[in-house]
Amino acid sequence: MQTRREMLAHSATVAGLLAAAGLLPQAAQAAWNEAAFSAKTLADVVKAMGGSAPAASADVSINGPDIAENGAVVPVGAATTLAGAKRLMLLVEKNPSALAAVFDLTDSVEPNINTRVKMGQSSNVYAVAMMADGKVLFAQKEIKVTLGGCGG
Amino acid sequence: MADPMRIRAQAADGKATVRVLMAHEMETGLRKDSSGNKIPAWFIQDVTVAHNGATVMTAQWGPSVAKNPFMQLAVKGAKAGDKITISWVDNKGDKRTDEATVS
Amino acid sequence: MRQAIPLAAAAVLALAAAPAAWAQAKSAAEGIAEYREMLADGNPAELYEAKGEEVWKTPDGPNKVSLEKCDLGKGPGVVKGVFVELPRYFADTGRMQDLESRLVTCMVTLQGFKAEDIVNDAFRKDEKGDVEAMATWIAGQSRGMRFNLPQGHAQERDFYDMGKKAFFYRGGTHDFSCASCHGQDGKRIRLQDLPNLTGNPGDGIGFAAWPAYRVGNGQMWGMQHRLNDCYRQQRFPYPGYISEVTIALATYMGVNAKGALSVAPALKR
Repeated sequence: MQTRREMLAHSATVAGLLAAAGLLPQAAQAAWNEAAFSAKTLADVVKAMGGSAPAASADVSINGPDIAENGAVVPVGAATTLAGAKRLMLLVEKNPSALAAVFDLTDSVEPNINTRVKMGQSSNVYAVAMMADGKVLFAQKEIKVTLGGCGG
Repeated sequence: MADPMRIRAQAADGKATVRVLMAHEMETGLRKDSSGNKIPAWFIQDVTVAHNGATVMTAQWGPSVAKNPFMQLAVKGAKAGDKITISWVDNKGDKRTDEATVS
Repeated sequence: MRQAIPLAAAAVLALAAAPAAWAQAKSAAEGIAEYREMLADGNPAELYEAKGEEVWKTPDGPNKVSLEKCDLGKGPGVVKGVFVELPRYFADTGRMQDLESRLVTCMVTLQGFKAEDIVNDAFRKDEKGDVEAMATWIAGQSRGMRFNLPQGHAQERDFYDMGKKAFFYRGGTHDFSCASCHGQDGKRIRLQDLPNLTGNPGDGIGFAAWPAYRVGNGQMWGMQHRLNDCYRQQRFPYPGYISEVTIALATYMGVNAKGALSVAPALKR
């Protein structure tokens, strides 16, 4: 008499075995960049990602609200109108982990990625584009995090 | 295996807009439980997006990404019937792969 | 009773620490509306809808059967349109039931689970979590439909009256009632508008917005959890899960919301 819970646990075990045997698709990726995710400033994050000094640019933009009703979920996006962006990054300056996400692009995706971040407090948010020619460009926006109410 | 993602991919104007919702706690490792003990960090670190089997984007995420993460991107040249595959791996080594057909 | 401050003015006061707030082209209320809109696409509740559908269709319990023959008010297995007609009277159990209590009934009669076990589960855990996931999915199956709770049976009308009594019943350490927060138009706690639940508060508001995914804690809440938390906020003892008072309150609110558009499962702060 197997409950659904047991059945799911069993299939997870099977999946684990298959993965260990190399029979499930594996993502071949660079190791997670601990230094970058521990860095506290825009400059340090970019340095840890192997980039040159970042410069503000009107060709990079941040998609995001002016005010977040709840810092637990803040929609933000990084985009650039320039061709040749190899990497887009999102940073929340005042977060304990300032670097939120790194997106490594191929020519098959548009340089415009949206996600959601946690914000511990009102803070500057940075969108950074690392270009094929070595330039590192960024845009910044302040997003205020406000207190909502108590209930629903 | 972790809970499934919800992937939606819609083709229009020569590209497919891909929206994905992933089921994950994304614990920062800084929160404390009711006994005052730190809840261990547990978050998605690597994400891969593939179009008909070819990787089109990889990502590294940190604990600042929100719980039950959402991501939206546009895959150039993807059309109805193509396959979008998204995989993630978290800091504990847990993983998940899901596929959707572009509509 | 203190007059409620208009929302926009209160929002500006809340941001008084940042002098730039006064000079902003967009008011705080507009900013928050924009934030909510940005989150509207991609509600994590969808993850629970998918889970709920899977649970419904998967054989489970000692009897190893699925819930696909469960009758939620419109016949065995019918899930579309049931959400906007609950709570209602069920002849087979001879009583008023809401969505979650009806799911528990089916899990007991069809699958062989014990009701007490599910009732005693913590919210969002184990079989109670499964009930909430299914409630999320079933609510979504009535998306875009309007509330139309039946009032044809005597019990349905009695429960409306009981619910109304419970709604206005003051008690607990603070002498609160549901009406303290939800009994008048224009009330607010900080930046949260409090819908007036003594009538139809409008499409997608109040009763029409639960189950909902709460962004602040990343949790999926059914109406039972929502009511439980209301009582907590009133400093009342917790109501029993799927107890009569919760079903009566849901009947009162649901009948009042007649004609309102359901947006459940919704996204909440």
